[in-house]
Amino acid sequence: MKALSVQNIDMVYDLPKGGSVHALSNIEFDLEGGRLLTLLGPSGCGKTTLLNIIAGFLGPTSGEVYLGEEKITGPSEDRGMVFQQGALFEWLNVSKNISFGPRMKGARKSDYLPEVDRLLDIVGLSGFGDKQIYELSGGMQQRVALARCLANDPDMMLMDEPLGALDALTREKMQSLILHLWNDTGKSIVMVTHSVEEALLLGDKVFVMAPRPGRIEKIYELPFAHRALTEDPREIKKGADFQEVKEEILSFIWEMEEEIMGRDEA
Amino acid sequence: MARRSDNKTVTFGDAAAVTSRPLWGLLGVITLFGAWFLTTTAFGFPEELKEKYAAVAEENAITAAEARGEPVDFDGLSDKDLFVECQRDSANCDNETSYSQLVSPLSFPSIPDTIGAAGEIFTEGYQNFSIWEHTWASLWRVLRGMFWGSFVGIPVGLAMGLSSRARGFFDPLVEGFRPIPPLALLSLFVLTFGIGDKAAVPLLIFASLWIMIIAARAGVRNASLPKVRASYSLGASKGQLLRKVLIPNALPEIFTGLRVALGVSWGTLVAAELTGVQDGLGAMISQAKNFSRLDVIVVGIVIIALIGVMMDGLIRLLEKILIPWQGKG
Repeated sequence: MKALSVQNIDMVYDLPKGGSVHALSNIEFDLEGGRLLTLLGPSGCGKTTLLNIIAGFLGPTSGEVYLGEEKITGPSEDRGMVFQQGALFEWLNVSKNISFGPRMKGARKSDYLPEVDRLLDIVGLSGFGDKQIYELSGGMQQRVALARCLANDPDMMLMDEPLGALDALTREKMQSLILHLWNDTGKSIVMVTHSVEEALLLGDKVFVMAPRPGRIEKIYELPFAHRALTEDPREIKKGADFQEVKEEILSFIWEMEEEIMGRDEA
Repeated sequence: MARRSDNKTVTFGDAAAVTSRPLWGLLGVITLFGAWFLTTTAFGFPEELKEKYAAVAEENAITAAEARGEPVDFDGLSDKDLFVECQRDSANCDNETSYSQLVSPLSFPSIPDTIGAAGEIFTEGYQNFSIWEHTWASLWRVLRGMFWGSFVGIPVGLAMGLSSRARGFFDPLVEGFRPIPPLALLSLFVLTFGIGDKAAVPLLIFASLWIMIIAARAGVRNASLPKVRASYSLGASKGQLLRKVLIPNALPEIFTGLRVALGVSWGTLVAAELTGVQDGLGAMISQAKNFSRLDVIVVGIVIIALIGVMMDGLIRLLEKILIPWQGKG
């Protein structure tokens, strides 16, 4: 899988009433292929902006992003997206949603149907191909979104709070699914999440970001994602090492939030 | 008896606890017809005065039938014939005869007259056209108007939702034309396009065009950003995005527009058929007015109402089949 190279990104939004927001400042990092990077931080820290720049939906004010040798200038099927919700096509059934990417490239039914069945099996939805999207629960819909993303065989999967709208139990199951997909396919994943626990469990690399201007404040390389492939994720979360990092990040985010509130009052 | 709000203790103000009760609906219809019956039919022309006017009324009725070139098929006088004679004979008919009905047959038709007219219209037609020809003429006009209104309106609306230039170009036109009631354009259209369908169809196009533009525009603008972005990330081109995502995604709004346009077109029909067309339910009503055939007018109105309800039902059915995802998930 191709490496991601983010080179000196700055993002400045002009506000309609004058003034500007420094959403991202001097973001620079390299991510080897096959890593699972989670982006964490208080709201306004620019984590979604960074994801959208990698996806090619936004162009940075300055700086460049490369996937492998190729400079990112817009969205492309080598970077698949999974959104929190509302990105599936309700007028298509599950199979047609999953095969959307191949069909846009002119794939024939005989070509994509076996692949759709394989993907349904991988995300645990065997036999659901003919169901309509609105007949599925939120968790099942996200499984379809993952399968649809994989159908294009992208180098990298970008996820914008993919589990944010799910209940706690479904969320845990989906976390395991994402980890196993990551391990089995070897694809790079960049995921934005609000949940510290989720970021630590899934990310074999975690960026904690800070706002005003948006920047990467802390970088962690963590073992929990690999361990969760074989061990019980619940036991990992209970572990002292996990709790220690979690507390560290939580208190760090708390400090940032307080700092922001204080600055607002002044 | 089980009710849907069984266990709710707070129902007044809880919209979910208020459901339509079919029995009360029946009562509503009975009340309507009861009022109609009581005010126009129940008491009839006073017996003791019938003799005074019967002979002359009969003569008049025969003369009138001959003048219209209709066969004289005379079997008794209606209250209406008697009342016409009574009024002709005495300027103060109501007082002199103590005419007992609340609403005279010259102001509103009685139930038997209306049923009679319905029978007449369904068997013999009215003014040289069968009722089916009248109905089809109206339907065909409305369908043509809606077809061209949609044919032009949907692409314009889509363009307005997709391009700032198109939005800027059409915005003042749409906002300026939309508030004009089609009826206000009736005379202008007749003089500009000519009488009959030449004016009626453009009027109906005008009635649906702006509605369809706005519906299609809303449909495109409602496309959620994640859907659009996901499509591009899956490798869709702009053309594919439009055909495979934006248009299907706009279908619920377009169908809502069709329903509104249908209602407005059907409501404009009678006006559109004042442009001098010979067939059609609106034409039938306006001709019946010239002959004071109140009963025919009421029958025409009822047919228009029934067809309006049926077409709305048809579109709802189409919505259920074509856009089953609407309002779910």
